[in-house]
Amino acid sequence: MRIGVVTFPGSLDDRDAARAVRAVGAEAVALWHADRTLRDVDAVILPGGFSYGDYLRCGAIARFAPVMEELVPAAQGGLPVLGICNGFQILCESHLLPGALIRNDHRKFVCIDQKLRVENTSTAWTSDLELGSHIRIPLKNGEGGFVADVPTLERLEGDGRIVFRYAGKNPNGSYRAIAGITNEHGNVVGLMPHPEHAIEEGFGPSTDGLAFFTSVLSRVAA
Amino acid sequence: MGRIVVDVMLKPEILDPQGQAVAGALPRLGFEGITDVRQGKRFVLTVDGVVTDQHLARAREAAETLLSNPVIEDVVAVTAEGDA
Repeated sequence: MRIGVVTFPGSLDDRDAARAVRAVGAEAVALWHADRTLRDVDAVILPGGFSYGDYLRCGAIARFAPVMEELVPAAQGGLPVLGICNGFQILCESHLLPGALIRNDHRKFVCIDQKLRVENTSTAWTSDLELGSHIRIPLKNGEGGFVADVPTLERLEGDGRIVFRYAGKNPNGSYRAIAGITNEHGNVVGLMPHPEHAIEEGFGPSTDGLAFFTSVLSRVAA
Repeated sequence: MGRIVVDVMLKPEILDPQGQAVAGALPRLGFEGITDVRQGKRFVLTVDGVVTDQHLARAREAAETLLSNPVIEDVVAVTAEGDA
Protein backbone atom coordinates (compact mmCIF):
# COMPACT_ATOMS: atom_id res chain seq x y z
CA MET A 1 0.00 0.00 0.00
CA ARG A 2 1.56 3.27 -1.15
CA ILE A 3 0.12 6.60 -0.08
CA GLY A 4 1.54 9.77 -1.62
CA VAL A 5 1.97 12.99 0.36
CA VAL A 6 2.42 16.11 -1.78
CA THR A 7 4.87 18.79 -0.67
CA PHE A 8 4.31 22.29 -2.05
CA PRO A 9 6.56 25.25 -1.24
CA GLY A 10 5.17 26.26 2.14
CA SER A 11 3.63 22.92 3.14
CA LEU A 12 4.04 22.33 6.88
CA ASP A 13 2.33 19.11 7.80
CA ASP A 14 3.62 16.81 5.07
CA ARG A 15 5.95 15.03 7.47
CA ASP A 16 3.24 14.41 10.06
CA ALA A 17 0.96 13.13 7.30
CA ALA A 18 3.69 10.74 6.12
CA ARG A 19 4.21 9.64 9.71
CA ALA A 20 0.50 8.89 10.09
CA VAL A 21 0.63 6.81 6.92
CA ARG A 22 3.54 4.78 8.32
CA ALA A 23 1.76 4.44 11.67
CA VAL A 24 -0.93 2.30 10.03
CA GLY A 25 1.65 0.18 8.21
CA ALA A 26 1.52 1.76 4.76
CA GLU A 27 4.38 3.19 2.73
CA ALA A 28 4.51 7.00 2.56
CA VAL A 29 5.62 8.22 -0.85
CA ALA A 30 6.91 11.80 -1.09
CA LEU A 31 5.39 13.63 -4.06
CA TRP A 32 6.80 16.97 -5.20
CA HIS A 33 4.65 19.83 -6.48
CA ALA A 34 6.80 20.34 -9.58
CA ASP A 35 6.71 16.68 -10.71
CA ARG A 36 4.22 15.51 -13.30
CA THR A 37 3.84 12.10 -11.69
CA LEU A 38 1.93 10.45 -8.87
CA ARG A 39 4.47 7.57 -8.73
CA ASP A 40 1.74 4.92 -8.99
CA VAL A 41 0.44 5.56 -5.47
CA ASP A 42 -2.86 4.08 -4.26
CA ALA A 43 -4.04 7.28 -2.56
CA VAL A 44 -2.86 10.87 -2.06
CA ILE A 45 -2.84 13.29 0.87
CA LEU A 46 -2.64 17.06 0.33
CA PRO A 47 -1.24 18.26 3.67
CA GLY A 48 -1.70 21.42 5.70
CA GLY A 49 0.46 24.49 5.66
CA PHE A 50 0.72 27.67 3.65
CA SER A 51 1.42 26.65 0.06
CA TYR A 52 2.92 29.55 -1.88
CA GLY A 53 2.59 31.66 1.27
CA ASP A 54 -1.21 31.69 0.89
CA TYR A 55 -0.61 34.42 -1.72
CA LEU A 56 -3.57 35.44 -3.88
CA ARG A 57 -5.98 33.05 -2.09
CA CYS A 58 -5.22 29.98 0.04
CA GLY A 59 -4.54 27.12 -2.36
CA ALA A 60 -5.06 29.24 -5.49
CA ILE A 61 -1.54 28.88 -6.83
CA ALA A 62 -0.99 25.31 -5.64
CA ARG A 63 -4.02 24.32 -7.68
CA PHE A 64 -2.01 24.94 -10.86
CA ALA A 65 1.16 23.08 -9.74
CA PRO A 66 2.32 20.42 -12.24
CA VAL A 67 1.50 17.57 -9.82
CA MET A 68 -2.11 18.80 -9.69
CA GLU A 69 -2.45 18.30 -13.45
CA GLU A 70 -1.98 14.59 -12.69
CA LEU A 71 -3.96 14.56 -9.47
CA VAL A 72 -7.16 16.23 -10.68
CA PRO A 73 -7.99 13.64 -13.39
CA ALA A 74 -6.89 10.79 -11.10
CA ALA A 75 -9.22 12.03 -8.35
CA GLN A 76 -12.05 12.38 -10.85
CA GLY A 77 -11.30 8.77 -11.82
CA GLY A 78 -11.71 7.51 -8.25
CA LEU A 79 -8.27 7.79 -6.62
CA PRO A 80 -8.74 8.38 -2.87
CA VAL A 81 -7.57 11.91 -1.99
CA LEU A 82 -7.58 13.53 1.44
CA GLY A 83 -7.08 17.29 1.75
CA ILE A 84 -6.29 18.53 5.24
CA CYS A 85 -6.53 22.26 6.03
CA ASN A 86 -4.51 23.91 3.23
CA GLY A 87 -5.10 20.65 1.32
CA PHE A 88 -8.87 21.20 1.68
CA GLN A 89 -8.42 24.75 0.38
CA ILE A 90 -6.51 23.37 -2.62
CA LEU A 91 -9.27 20.81 -3.33
CA CYS A 92 -11.87 23.60 -3.33
CA GLU A 93 -9.75 25.83 -5.57
CA SER A 94 -9.31 22.82 -7.91
CA HIS A 95 -13.10 22.34 -8.01
CA LEU A 96 -12.67 18.74 -6.87
CA LEU A 97 -14.85 19.86 -3.95
CA PRO A 98 -17.48 22.63 -3.99
CA GLY A 99 -17.38 25.81 -1.95
CA ALA A 100 -14.43 27.83 -0.67
CA LEU A 101 -12.63 28.65 2.57
CA ILE A 102 -12.44 32.27 3.67
CA ARG A 103 -10.95 34.13 6.64
CA ASN A 104 -12.38 33.12 10.04
CA ASP A 105 -15.34 35.35 10.88
CA HIS A 106 -13.68 36.53 14.11
CA ARG A 107 -10.47 37.32 12.15
CA LYS A 108 -8.18 35.47 14.55
CA PHE A 109 -6.06 32.39 13.99
CA VAL A 110 -7.42 29.43 15.96
CA CYS A 111 -5.39 26.56 17.39
CA ILE A 112 -7.58 24.29 19.49
CA ASP A 113 -8.57 20.69 20.11
CA GLN A 114 -11.84 20.58 18.20
CA LYS A 115 -14.76 18.24 18.69
CA LEU A 116 -16.38 17.04 15.45
CA ARG A 117 -19.53 15.09 14.74
CA VAL A 118 -19.05 12.29 12.19
CA GLU A 119 -21.85 12.47 9.61
CA ASN A 120 -20.70 10.25 6.76
CA THR A 121 -18.82 6.96 7.15
CA SER A 122 -19.15 5.76 3.56
CA THR A 123 -16.18 7.74 2.22
CA ALA A 124 -12.76 6.29 1.44
CA TRP A 125 -11.31 8.08 4.47
CA THR A 126 -14.00 7.65 7.15
CA SER A 127 -15.26 4.05 6.96
CA ASP A 128 -13.53 3.12 10.23
CA LEU A 129 -15.27 5.94 12.12
CA GLU A 130 -18.65 5.48 13.76
CA LEU A 131 -21.60 7.35 12.28
CA GLY A 132 -22.95 9.96 14.68
CA SER A 133 -19.98 9.66 17.01
CA HIS A 134 -17.75 12.53 18.07
CA ILE A 135 -14.00 12.77 17.57
CA ARG A 136 -11.53 15.34 18.88
CA ILE A 137 -8.59 16.44 16.73
CA PRO A 138 -6.56 19.66 16.37
CA LEU A 139 -7.87 22.60 14.37
CA LYS A 140 -5.44 25.37 13.43
CA ASN A 141 -6.18 27.90 10.75
CA GLY A 142 -6.75 31.54 9.93
CA GLU A 143 -8.90 30.93 6.88
CA GLY A 144 -11.15 28.02 7.72
CA GLY A 145 -14.59 29.50 7.16
CA PHE A 146 -16.40 27.18 4.74
CA VAL A 147 -18.73 29.08 2.40
CA ALA A 148 -20.88 28.10 -0.57
CA ASP A 149 -24.10 29.37 -2.12
CA VAL A 150 -27.40 28.07 -0.78
CA PRO A 151 -28.12 25.62 -3.65
CA THR A 152 -24.67 24.06 -3.13
CA LEU A 153 -25.23 23.79 0.64
CA GLU A 154 -28.64 22.20 0.05
CA ARG A 155 -27.13 19.72 -2.39
CA LEU A 156 -24.37 18.80 0.09
CA GLU A 157 -26.96 18.31 2.84
CA GLY A 158 -29.35 16.36 0.62
CA ASP A 159 -26.68 14.04 -0.77
CA GLY A 160 -25.15 13.38 2.65
CA ARG A 161 -21.85 14.84 1.54
CA ILE A 162 -21.18 16.74 4.75
CA VAL A 163 -18.68 14.41 6.43
CA PHE A 164 -17.89 16.39 9.59
CA ARG A 165 -19.59 19.22 11.43
CA TYR A 166 -18.11 21.28 14.26
CA ALA A 167 -19.69 20.27 17.56
CA GLY A 168 -20.31 23.00 20.12
CA LYS A 169 -19.23 26.52 19.28
CA ASN A 170 -18.57 27.17 15.58
CA PRO A 171 -14.82 27.97 15.61
CA ASN A 172 -14.53 29.93 12.36
CA GLY A 173 -17.93 30.93 11.03
CA SER A 174 -18.25 28.01 8.60
CA TYR A 175 -21.70 27.91 7.02
CA ARG A 176 -23.84 25.24 8.71
CA ALA A 177 -20.83 24.41 10.93
CA ILE A 178 -19.29 22.41 8.08
CA ALA A 179 -15.83 21.09 8.94
CA GLY A 180 -15.40 18.59 6.09
CA ILE A 181 -17.11 17.43 2.91
CA THR A 182 -16.74 14.79 0.22
CA ASN A 183 -17.27 14.58 -3.54
CA GLU A 184 -20.18 12.65 -5.04
CA HIS A 185 -18.18 9.41 -5.25
CA GLY A 186 -16.82 9.59 -1.69
CA ASN A 187 -13.19 9.18 -2.76
CA VAL A 188 -12.21 12.83 -2.24
CA VAL A 189 -12.52 14.23 1.29
CA GLY A 190 -11.46 17.65 2.54
CA LEU A 191 -11.53 18.97 6.09
CA MET A 192 -10.00 21.84 8.03
CA PRO A 193 -9.10 19.92 11.24
CA HIS A 194 -5.97 17.74 11.34
CA PRO A 195 -6.32 13.96 11.81
CA GLU A 196 -2.58 13.46 11.20
CA HIS A 197 -1.83 15.30 14.46
CA ALA A 198 -3.92 12.87 16.52
CA ILE A 199 -2.51 9.41 15.94
CA GLU A 200 -0.39 8.67 18.97
CA GLU A 201 -0.90 8.54 22.72
CA GLY A 202 0.80 11.48 24.45
CA PHE A 203 0.78 13.67 21.35
CA GLY A 204 -2.40 15.55 20.57
CA PRO A 205 -5.83 15.27 22.12
CA SER A 206 -6.67 11.70 21.04
CA THR A 207 -5.81 8.96 18.59
CA ASP A 208 -9.04 9.55 16.66
CA GLY A 209 -7.06 10.55 13.58
CA LEU A 210 -5.78 7.01 13.00
CA ALA A 211 -9.16 5.89 11.64
CA PHE A 212 -8.76 8.14 8.58
CA PHE A 213 -5.65 6.27 7.55
CA THR A 214 -6.87 2.76 8.39
CA SER A 215 -10.06 3.55 6.45
CA VAL A 216 -8.22 4.23 3.22
CA LEU A 217 -6.20 1.04 3.64
CA SER A 218 -9.42 -0.98 3.70
CA ARG A 219 -10.74 0.96 0.71
CA VAL A 220 -7.66 0.37 -1.40
CA ALA A 221 -7.41 -3.30 -0.37
CA ALA A 222 -11.07 -3.92 -1.22
CA MET B 1 4.53 49.19 -22.26
CA GLY B 2 0.79 48.84 -21.69
CA ARG B 3 -1.03 48.12 -18.48
CA ILE B 4 -4.25 46.23 -17.84
CA VAL B 5 -6.07 46.68 -14.55
CA VAL B 6 -8.15 43.81 -13.13
CA ASP B 7 -10.48 44.50 -10.21
CA VAL B 8 -11.84 41.62 -8.15
CA MET B 9 -14.38 41.88 -5.33
CA LEU B 10 -15.88 39.33 -2.95
CA LYS B 11 -19.45 38.51 -3.97
CA PRO B 12 -21.93 40.63 -2.00
CA GLU B 13 -23.31 37.61 -0.13
CA ILE B 14 -19.87 36.46 1.10
CA LEU B 15 -18.80 37.69 4.53
CA ASP B 16 -15.79 40.04 4.35
CA PRO B 17 -14.00 39.94 7.74
CA GLN B 18 -11.18 42.19 6.49
CA GLY B 19 -13.65 44.83 5.32
CA GLN B 20 -15.40 44.61 8.68
CA ALA B 21 -12.11 45.15 10.51
CA VAL B 22 -11.50 48.28 8.45
CA ALA B 23 -15.07 49.45 9.01
CA GLY B 24 -14.53 49.02 12.75
CA ALA B 25 -11.32 51.08 12.72
CA LEU B 26 -12.62 54.05 10.72
CA PRO B 27 -14.86 55.63 13.40
CA ARG B 28 -12.04 55.35 15.95
CA LEU B 29 -10.00 57.62 13.66
CA GLY B 30 -12.84 60.08 13.29
CA PHE B 31 -14.10 58.91 9.90
CA GLU B 32 -17.79 58.97 10.69
CA GLY B 33 -20.73 58.16 8.47
CA ILE B 34 -19.21 55.17 6.63
CA THR B 35 -21.71 52.37 7.14
CA ASP B 36 -19.88 49.47 5.45
CA VAL B 37 -16.52 48.56 3.91
CA ARG B 38 -15.85 45.82 1.38
CA GLN B 39 -12.23 45.11 0.53
CA GLY B 40 -11.22 43.88 -2.93
CA LYS B 41 -8.13 43.21 -4.98
CA ARG B 42 -6.56 45.12 -7.86
CA PHE B 43 -4.09 43.49 -10.25
CA VAL B 44 -2.02 45.53 -12.68
CA LEU B 45 -0.78 43.43 -15.60
CA THR B 46 2.00 44.86 -17.76
CA VAL B 47 2.36 43.85 -21.41
CA ASP B 48 4.79 44.74 -24.19
CA GLY B 49 3.56 47.49 -26.48
CA VAL B 50 0.11 48.96 -26.44
CA VAL B 51 -2.80 46.98 -25.00
CA THR B 52 -4.65 45.15 -27.77
CA ASP B 53 -8.06 43.47 -27.77
CA GLN B 54 -6.22 40.16 -27.69
CA HIS B 55 -4.31 41.21 -24.56
CA LEU B 56 -7.61 42.18 -22.94
CA ALA B 57 -9.24 38.89 -23.91
CA ARG B 58 -6.34 36.92 -22.41
CA ALA B 59 -6.43 39.10 -19.29
CA ARG B 60 -10.14 38.38 -18.87
CA GLU B 61 -9.37 34.67 -19.16
CA ALA B 62 -6.61 34.97 -16.54
CA ALA B 63 -8.96 36.94 -14.31
CA GLU B 64 -11.57 34.18 -14.41
CA THR B 65 -9.04 31.35 -14.09
CA LEU B 66 -6.45 32.40 -11.53
CA LEU B 67 -6.97 35.96 -10.31
CA SER B 68 -10.46 35.27 -8.96
CA ASN B 69 -12.34 32.31 -7.52
CA PRO B 70 -15.82 32.37 -9.08
CA VAL B 71 -17.24 30.60 -6.03
CA ILE B 72 -16.65 33.65 -3.82
CA GLU B 73 -15.50 36.50 -6.05
CA ASP B 74 -16.60 38.57 -9.04
CA VAL B 75 -14.30 40.09 -11.65
CA VAL B 76 -15.80 43.58 -11.69
CA ALA B 77 -13.56 45.18 -14.34
CA VAL B 78 -10.78 44.39 -16.80
CA THR B 79 -9.62 47.64 -18.41
CA ALA B 80 -6.63 49.02 -20.25
CA GLU B 81 -5.03 51.67 -18.06
CA GLY B 82 -5.89 55.09 -19.35
CA ASP B 83 -9.29 53.92 -20.68
CA ALA B 84 -11.08 54.55 -17.45
